[in-house]
Parts: sequence; C-alpha cells; structure tokens
Amino acid sequence: MQVTITINGTPVTRDVEPRMLLVHFVREEAGLRGTHWGCDTSNCGTCTLWVDGAPVKSCTVLAAQADGHEVATVEGLEKGGELDPVQKGFIECHGLQCGFCTPGMMMTGRALLDSNPHPTEEEIREAISGQICRCTGYKNIVAAIQWAADNPAMSDSVASEVNA
Amino acid sequence: MQTPAPTDYVRATSVAHAISLLEEHGEESRLLAGGHSLIPMMRLRVARPEMLIDLQELHELRGIRIEGDEIVIGAMTTHADILASPVLAEHYAIFREAEKVIADPVVRNRGTMGGSMCQADPSEDLSAVGAALKGTVVIQGAGESRTVAIREFHEGPYETKVGPAEILTEVRFPIRPGAGSAYEKVERRVGDWPVASVGAYVVVSGGVVSDCGIGLTAVGAEHFCAPGAEAYLIGKPPTEESFAEAARLAADSCSPSSDQRGPADYKSHLAKELTHRALRRSAASSQGA
Ligand SMILES: Cc1cc2nc3c(=O)[nH]c(=O)nc-3n(C[C@H](O)[C@H](O)[C@H](O)COP(=O)(O)OP(=O)(O)OC[C@H]3O[C@@H](n4cnc5c(N)ncnc54)[C@H](O)[C@@H]3O)c2cc1C
Ligand code: FES
Ligand code: FES
Repeated sequence: MQVTITINGTPVTRDVEPRMLLVHFVREEAGLRGTHWGCDTSNCGTCTLWVDGAPVKSCTVLAAQADGHEVATVEGLEKGGELDPVQKGFIECHGLQCGFCTPGMMMTGRALLDSNPHPTEEEIREAISGQICRCTGYKNIVAAIQWAADNPAMSDSVASEVNA
Repeated sequence: MQTPAPTDYVRATSVAHAISLLEEHGEESRLLAGGHSLIPMMRLRVARPEMLIDLQELHELRGIRIEGDEIVIGAMTTHADILASPVLAEHYAIFREAEKVIADPVVRNRGTMGGSMCQADPSEDLSAVGAALKGTVVIQGAGESRTVAIREFHEGPYETKVGPAEILTEVRFPIRPGAGSAYEKVERRVGDWPVASVGAYVVVSGGVVSDCGIGLTAVGAEHFCAPGAEAYLIGKPPTEESFAEAARLAADSCSPSSDQRGPADYKSHLAKELTHRALRRSAASSQGA
C-alpha cells in the first residue's frame, strides 16, 4: 500500500507492506537512523518518536497507522543549526554513555518540557518511566532534562514571556 | 526481529463502515484501536489477522461526557485522556489512580478504553475498574445496539460478548453522589502489568456502608469482581474489622495461579491486603476525610 508520512516536516511517500512497523519505515525507508530499535516488546522505549506531537513507541505502531500523520524524530530537534536545549543538556550533564536509549529519552524529554516547562525531578522520572537505559545512567538523564528546563532556548524564553 | 505476518489494512470511516468491513472480511479480520495489545501479539504471531480495520478516524468514539446520571467513555478514548479528565477526577478517583499505574506514559498515549475491555487479558487493569464500578458496555452490530453489564462482558481469558461483526462503542458508569473510590496495584517494576490489583468504591451514609463495589484483576476473580464480599459489607459500619472481613471474603473467592509475576499464595495475600486498603481509602473519601 502507498503511505505518506510527514517526517520532521518533509513528506515521505513509499509503497510498503501494511505489516511494516513505523520504526522500520523511519529507519529503512526514510533513512533516519537516529530513532533506535531495541527490545521489540514495547518495553525499552528507545524507538520513541512523536506522532502528531505525542510520544509513541514506534515499534508498536504500523507505518500504515501513521499514514497522513506528522512524525517528529530526534533528527528534527535541531533547529537552524542550533541544538535543542534538551540535546545541549545531554552534553552538559553527560546524559549518555553508549547512547542507545538517548533518542527516545530526548523525544520524551522535549515533549514533557513542551507541556510542563518546569517539571520536578519526580515528574521527569515519571515521564521517562517507560524507557530503559541499559547503562543505567538515569541520574544524568534526569539532570540533562532539568538542565534544558533551566536553560530554554532564547526563542522559547521570549515566547514564554510573551505568553505570560 | 519480530515482524507481523502479512496482513491487509483499511481505515473505517464510521461505525457502520467498520461493521460492514467486519461482515465483508469475516473471521480473519480484526479491529485495530491503539494496537498496543494487538501489534505485540502480531509480532509474536500469536495473532495473524488477514485484515486490520483501523478505528483511528472514528473521532465520535473518542471522548468523555456526562449523560444524565452516567459518565460515558468512548471506546477510542486513550489511557492518557482518562488520566487527564477533570470529569472523571471529580466523580471517581479510581480512574486517575488506576491510569497512573497502567503501563507507562508513552504507552498510555496509544492504548484505549475499548481496546483494554476487548483484549480481555486476565490482568487488564481497566477490567477491574469497570467491574468495581458496575459499569456497562455498549455493543453495536448491524442492527440495534445492546448494553451489557461489564460483570457479564467477559466470557473468559481474551473472550468477550463482542460478536464477530460487532464493535464496542462506549463504556458507561453510573454517577454515585457521595461515593469514594480508590485503586491499589502491586507491580514488579514501573510500567508492568499487575501482580495483583484491586479497585473499589464505597458509599457511607447513616454511619454504615450503603453501597460498594470491588473489582480485582490478575488474581483469578470470576468476572473481575467479588459480590460475596460486597454483600457482606452492606449495612456494616465502615470499620477496620468490616473491611478486613470483606477483604478475606474477596480473596477467598479468587483463584490466582502462579506465574512469572509471583506464586499463587502471594497473589492471594495481595488480593486480601489490596482489597482492605482500597475499601479503607474509599470509605475515608466517602466520609470526606
Ligand atoms: C508495555 C506495555 C505495558 C502495558 N501495561 C499494562 C498494564 O499495566 N495494565 C493494563 O491494563 N494494560 C497494560 N497494557 C495494555 C494496554 O493497556 C493496551 O493498550 C490495551 O490493553 C489495549 O488497548 P489498545 O487500544 O491498544 O487495543 P488494540 O491492541 O488495538 O486491540 C486489542 C483487542 O481489542 C479489539 N478491539 C479494540 N477496540 C475494539 C472495539 N472498539 N470494539 C471491539 N473490539 C475492539 C482488537 O480487535 C484486539 O483484539 C500494556 C501494554 C504495553 C504495550
Ligand atoms: S524497540 Fe520499541 S519499545 Fe523497545
Ligand atoms: S546510555 Fe546506554 S542505554 Fe542509556
């Protein structure tokens, strides 16, 4: 079947089998390998990306289900050559070791901050509770997301002042 | 790598369309809601549907509203919608308490009310909530729709009263003024299915329990409920002794089996302890504590 999925703003149209999982569409068809694929059991969360702005585990969604929808992946976080504050936070706070869980953690972190710009540590831990870091670097992942909350991008902070 | 077996895919545009697609494609077709039970089963090839009928465009089935003295939750309402609902929070704390511990926040963005009811996993948390609150489900086929009590909805593990060319459209819960409710779950780790869970509501009036409901999951409770324990509690004072005896009766009516989540005697213990806690907290909230 033919599906068109808009990924990070660019429509991608392909002929795929209806059984194809979204994670494979994004990695193999769109060639975006930033989204990782780990457990295959909907548990690890490294495949997390956004469909219509909400984080989902893309190993448990068919590409066919995402036909006509907007997908955002870790590659889309950077804007105009500027890393997202969440990405900067991972650098500043040493938020990754092997990096396998990182794309999913970043996408969940960004989604959390979009709806709750000043989360508590508890709220960050809850937001990432469906994601596993096999290197067990949770402390620094939480610190990285906290760093991003404390250091929003200039445009974001201007926007929040305007909205205030 | 787990990949589903080949299948076909179509999107339904209305409830009537979904039903006609089920009629057209027969036994080998399956409705697809959030896909968070069905797709894992397809990856394991425990399920091999030849046609998937996606319900995502049935927006009329998504949402929470009050109709008369009932709360109505559409089949396509997600776990995240239920968790965030002010209407549900106002009437029944049990929904928020249960949803906080169903899967994880990312899974809750996809999984739905209807999918949870129809999956009918013996450990489904919303089945315990639905049975505790004595809700009903509305099932639509080619003809008239029918309403079935949740306590009669499950025919066994993974089996429900939904027929081959039928769809569950909504779930309804009576509003009970003055009721307190609560949900208690023990899981091995955050985001996991329950080792055991118990939900309850209690209405205390005139110094006694005038109405109550107890729902249990993962512990082999017939129809996810404990009517004997409820009957005992009616008319009793809301004391620790009453709750302990009701909890004992509830646990005695269950027949849990040992599995990777724990041995049967531990689950029996949990059924008793969690029933006691859920009743205690429900009664306290009914009394405004
Ligand atoms: C990692 C993980 C952890 C989880 N943890 C928990 C947990 O702790 N507690 C818990 O209760 N659940 C848990 N779940 C299950 C989760 O709640 C599922 O989302 C839910 O059981 C199914 O909802 P769904 O919308 O995804 O259904 P789907 O997978 O789309 O469908 C499930 C079944 O119901 C049928 N169906 C769906 N909608 C309808 C309808 N409207 N009418 C008729 N038939 C229909 C489908 O044909 C299919 O047979 C977990 C799932 C995952 C992946
Ligand atoms: S690969 Fe999707 S949750 Fe692990
Ligand atoms: S950094 Fe290695 S899995 Fe998280």
